[in-house]
Amino acid sequence: MSTTLTRPRPTAAQPARRGRGSLLDALPTIASVAILLLMFVYGEAAYGKIFQYNTISNLFINSSYLIILAVGMTFVILTGGIDLSVGSVIAVSSLTGVFMANAGLPVVIVIPVTILVGSLFGLMSGVLVQYFNVQPFIATLAMMFLARGIASIMATTPVRLDDDSSFRSLSEPIKLIDGPKTNDLVVTPSVIIMILVVVAAVLVLKRTRFGRTVYAIGGAENSAGLMGLPVARTKLWVYLISGTLAGLAAVVYTSRTGIAQNVTGVGWELDAIAAVVIGGTMLTGGYGFVLGSVVGALVIGMMTLLITRDGTVPPEATTIITGGILLVFVLLQRVVLLRKKKKA
Amino acid sequence: MSAPAPGIGSRLKGLFSQQYAWGIVALLLLLAVDVIKDPSYLAITVNPTTGNLSGNLIDILRQSAPVLMIAVGMTLVVATRGIDLSVGSVMAVSGAVSMQFLSTAPNTAGSAFAALGMGLGLALVLGLVNGVLVAWVGLQPFITTLVMMLAGRGIARVITGGQNTAATNDAFRWIANGTVLGFPVVFVIAAVLVAAVAVLVRRTALGTMIEALGINPKASRLIGIRPGGLLLSVYALSALLAGLGGVFATASVMTVEVSRTGLNSELDAILAVVVGGTSLAGGKFSLTGSVVGALLITTLDKTIVFLSIPSAATPAFKAIVIVAVCLLQSERVRGWLRGRRAGRAPAQRPTPPSPAPSHSSPVAGPGGEPATSGSAGGAGTAGTDNDQKAVNA
Repeated sequence: MSTTLTRPRPTAAQPARRGRGSLLDALPTIASVAILLLMFVYGEAAYGKIFQYNTISNLFINSSYLIILAVGMTFVILTGGIDLSVGSVIAVSSLTGVFMANAGLPVVIVIPVTILVGSLFGLMSGVLVQYFNVQPFIATLAMMFLARGIASIMATTPVRLDDDSSFRSLSEPIKLIDGPKTNDLVVTPSVIIMILVVVAAVLVLKRTRFGRTVYAIGGAENSAGLMGLPVARTKLWVYLISGTLAGLAAVVYTSRTGIAQNVTGVGWELDAIAAVVIGGTMLTGGYGFVLGSVVGALVIGMMTLLITRDGTVPPEATTIITGGILLVFVLLQRVVLLRKKKKA
Repeated sequence: MSAPAPGIGSRLKGLFSQQYAWGIVALLLLLAVDVIKDPSYLAITVNPTTGNLSGNLIDILRQSAPVLMIAVGMTLVVATRGIDLSVGSVMAVSGAVSMQFLSTAPNTAGSAFAALGMGLGLALVLGLVNGVLVAWVGLQPFITTLVMMLAGRGIARVITGGQNTAATNDAFRWIANGTVLGFPVVFVIAAVLVAAVAVLVRRTALGTMIEALGINPKASRLIGIRPGGLLLSVYALSALLAGLGGVFATASVMTVEVSRTGLNSELDAILAVVVGGTSLAGGKFSLTGSVVGALLITTLDKTIVFLSIPSAATPAFKAIVIVAVCLLQSERVRGWLRGRRAGRAPAQRPTPPSPAPSHSSPVAGPGGEPATSGSAGGAGTAGTDNDQKAVNA
């Protein structure tokens, strides 16, 4: 994956910098896998009932929307950009979806439109970034507030999805393994959607020309342009993908909770960024993988789970812990980058 | 803007070369909307017994104080190619610590001073953490301050135990609600501080050094400007001013709402800065412009409430203003406005031309890694420069 083609930095000709998935490159990802395993072991030892079908099932069910968001964010961050708008886009998308579903529209119309609302915001961010040279975080910050404002115009109180709405069927549990009592391995259609998204993203990034262009842009945008890669189109696409996946995450989330609010998704962009960074994707772009982001999202999901199980950690401290973990991993990236520069 | 006649044209050009001229136009337009709704909107009355001025304009001045504080700090941070997304959370932290202290302290001027000191002190600490991470560790400013934005909100919650702490202290309340010579105290403090910062950066070499750092980190390093101390000071100053803004915001209601105080303030500050004509790509900054921007935002806030649009929707309007200003700043749109083709190459951000724009590639986010580019650039970045030129050619 990390050949000279995908990471055409000016100094990439030097052999030290193109070790195929060198240990240093993968260090953050290895660290995050280790942390996830440690969390499992610690959780089992301290609170018990972690290595159980239902706990694992719930971890995936509860993390599915975050994993979908993190996958979209991975694309954007790989190009060296950022998408701060995803949390707010979820609010607009899910409100749109719930209003339409409650108005009696069939679910085959509601779900695509809900997703397309996300695509629309992604498209706007992409156009601002690519065609008007607005910095990614400013463009998406503007979209974040635009979406939040629009959501607040739509409703300022929680809107409930009708109980008999077929929208909810996306979160109907499907038993895979019937364990004793409630200890079953279950998946929901949402989890299946999440898995499909992850698989598709892995394939797109690893096996397609588009995926290689994404890595190339993150490595060195100018060089990618000089090589004749379609930089503008690709950059537009990554924001479109991120927005679309935010719309999809809204569908998944709404079907599970059945409630849409204008404050849904506040701070989720940070969770998604944290998941991507923990998973080992470089914030400067050009290096990282989707599966790492999945691990990152699971680390965050696991952290929430452990904090809930523990009960002594005040919920106020959760954001500090997430921030702390994010900071540690950003620092780790910095160390990796400095080491590489020394080597080069 | 097609110039009607040479004389008027050049004068117009002179006025509109100041980017904040558009901010003033927008401000006047908003006030005009208010006046259409209520013809007596601009009236200022003098209270005959106390000599206090009152009226909507005075309210705008009062409300603009916190925004002014964070906007000034943000201007300097942005000028160094950075960004400070943590200002809103820092406001909440400083408000929380002062309120928490005052809720148990005696109602004296002494405890008001102590609360002020504690709020500003904690804000300064957070700013120094930002500054150290950006200046010496070399992290990207936006991710550093994003972490602080996340953690700061949590710290504010931990300080108050998740409560919206309220307190009573007349001296502290006076900061927000009192008057000096008829003008609100907050505005007077804010104006004095803005003037002080302006004198500090414009009457010394500090401002020029900050601009040099923002225009070209590598070149500024070569002429002997050490980025570390400068970066640390601007982030510390930004947090300190945000801390004061937090005190202003909480003192007016004597309550800190841990999840709402300072919420979205970073947007206000960024908005004020871009409206004021400071490019987000760093470099030249305009404090006057940011003041205009801050006043515009406060007026926008007030107008939205005045037109009875739900205040939860304000972010949408601000976002539209930000997008509009960013579009006006982009070369492509400027090219269109000038009636010329913007050119085949991707439009450059309005950075002043520099011999080695090593970090002006759009992908580099908010300034890439300013702290390291000076020391660790070397042959590699020179290659990028050539690529950049080749693309632009």
